[in-house]
Amino acid sequence: MKNLYRTFRMALHALRRNVMRAILTTLGIIIGIAAVIAMMEIGSGSSAAIQATIASMGANILLVRPGTASSGGISSGAGSSMTLTPQDCEALLRECPALRGAAPVVRARTQVVHGSRNWVPFFVYGTTPQLLDVREWQIAAGEAFTERDVRNGSKVCLLGQTIVNNLFPNESPLGKEIRVKNVAFTVIGVLVPKGANMMGMDQDDVLLAPWTTIKYRVSGTSATVVNQSAGAAASQVNSLNQLYPSSATTLYPIPSATQAANTPLPVRFTNVDEIFAAANSAGEMPTAIAQITALLRERHRLRADEPDDFSIRDMTELTKAVTSIADLMTKLLLVVALISLVVGGVGIMNIMLVSVTERTHEIGLRMAVGARGRDILRQFLFEAVILCLAGGILGILGGELCSYLVTKFLRWPTLTSVTAIISAVVVSAGVGIVFGFYPAWKASRLDPIEALRYE
Amino acid sequence: MALIELQDIFKTYHLGEVDVPVLKGISLRVELGELVALMGASGSGKSTLMNILGCLDHPTSGAYRLEGEEVSRFSSDGRALIRNRKIGFVFQSFNLLPRTTALDNVLMPLSYNHDHLPDREGRRRAVEMLERVGLADRMHHEPAQLSGGQQQRVAIARALINRPRLLFADEPTGNLDSQTSREILQMFQRLNREAGLTVILVTHDAGIAQYARRVVHISDGRLVPDGAGGAP
Repeated sequence: MKNLYRTFRMALHALRRNVMRAILTTLGIIIGIAAVIAMMEIGSGSSAAIQATIASMGANILLVRPGTASSGGISSGAGSSMTLTPQDCEALLRECPALRGAAPVVRARTQVVHGSRNWVPFFVYGTTPQLLDVREWQIAAGEAFTERDVRNGSKVCLLGQTIVNNLFPNESPLGKEIRVKNVAFTVIGVLVPKGANMMGMDQDDVLLAPWTTIKYRVSGTSATVVNQSAGAAASQVNSLNQLYPSSATTLYPIPSATQAANTPLPVRFTNVDEIFAAANSAGEMPTAIAQITALLRERHRLRADEPDDFSIRDMTELTKAVTSIADLMTKLLLVVALISLVVGGVGIMNIMLVSVTERTHEIGLRMAVGARGRDILRQFLFEAVILCLAGGILGILGGELCSYLVTKFLRWPTLTSVTAIISAVVVSAGVGIVFGFYPAWKASRLDPIEALRYE
Repeated sequence: MALIELQDIFKTYHLGEVDVPVLKGISLRVELGELVALMGASGSGKSTLMNILGCLDHPTSGAYRLEGEEVSRFSSDGRALIRNRKIGFVFQSFNLLPRTTALDNVLMPLSYNHDHLPDREGRRRAVEMLERVGLADRMHHEPAQLSGGQQQRVAIARALINRPRLLFADEPTGNLDSQTSREILQMFQRLNREAGLTVILVTHDAGIAQYARRVVHISDGRLVPDGAGGAP
């Protein structure tokens, strides 16, 4: 220990004797490390920004749908059973730490009327304000409805850009009234355009309203694909509906009030059609899926041998894109960092070699007074490592300054990375050892007689 | 027991295919406390002999006993240890570290000493050595601020810091004027007389050899018997 301290002091002393050379040597490492830090921070900032952008396309969204109902071996298709409740959604929010948000959705397909215009939106979603957060959807004008609107079943709605274009071609829809299946809704906000989703469906063809309103005032059932208003209208007007008169007859006798009282049916819970949930990040998707599965199985009282009565879907394609982009960015940054470090390291080696040649005489003298080869090796190695560490520390400061300036003046997102700082210090010491070794080894192999004679 | 005992030392350099014999069988005894001048023209092999005596190099064959210890077959690390413990060097060109104070120059060999003196003790010793060579007031000067004679005295102090028995001076006055040369040589005499230090002066100058009590002539790789050789 004492020995190391001695060598350290000696190396420091030798460096002080030629400050200019020490500074020039260090400059290579300073620039290298500063480049690494700045690249890491700017890069990880951009990477995070890119990932956030892609995530807003729905990369970390999980779609929980009820399971399949089947009767007599005939499946009714995905989402046909009625097992999900709004309480499930609240429980998800409360008990799944991997989730950033969750919103229930009640779907309807019906006509929307304003004045002389009408339109059938692709998506009529009854939901909570959380959906906007889950889908990372901003309000272009007006404001979102609130939890209170959901509790009250308020007749308010948000419109997507496509509906606005079709119903309100030349006016602002805010505060206007539209009728959804003869229920009057006030338009309180307009969503920013999102364009088509990956399946090519227009995501702006959407009407968002409190799910209570849609559930209890508009749709009443969860029949999701039928144009209910058209169906209702047809039953009143279109005589073609009477083609099959038997359809009107009921198979079973209608129970009387007494019968109903005698055989009470369990109170039907309110179901929702699906639950949108957002994981904290694309990386936490598997955890989120596991948490949701565990929670819903418990809530639905499923035994271990029973299959799930719900299904969870994620946007695998998008998630893969996000992961691969993150991966790519990391590798890119690594390559850039390595190149700059190698450049800095070669600079150190260069100057250390010059320094060995220049100090041949001194090395000879030190050997004459009793320095062994390994003493010389250690001294030169220490010098290189001290230079690299000093360069590393200055480089970190320089890099931080750099990324600060980039953020300040170019408004480029940067992310302070502790990993980058720690690895920069480790790497700069490593560079010092690796690139300082050859010159130090060369110095230690000098013959004292030759070295003393060297001019 | 003699301090230095050389027996039949041969040194041959191999330059490619050709063998160049430089020392051709040298036997020499130097007793503790002697002041010897090793004289010879350039090319006579005196530098080679000094390198072997100073444990900087090993002979091709022959035996070298330093204080009764056979050192001719030591590894380079072993020789470094011997140099550090037992031998001091003074060179023609002073060889002080530039931009380093006289005190630090004198302290330098201590960092390779394996006894690890405490810093304070090392400093005390360095100051004592500098006082001994009369440079107590120049301790914190750098070589560039010292005259040639003063630099050589710093070099002597440095050679003495590890308290060696044996001091080699390789043309110690080659870069000094005659007045300073005299002072330096008198200092060697004084060290020899007062501290019982064995000094070996390597020189080609008969005038310097006068300061020694015994002169050994070397010519063409062999010692010239005492009295037989005169000035070249």
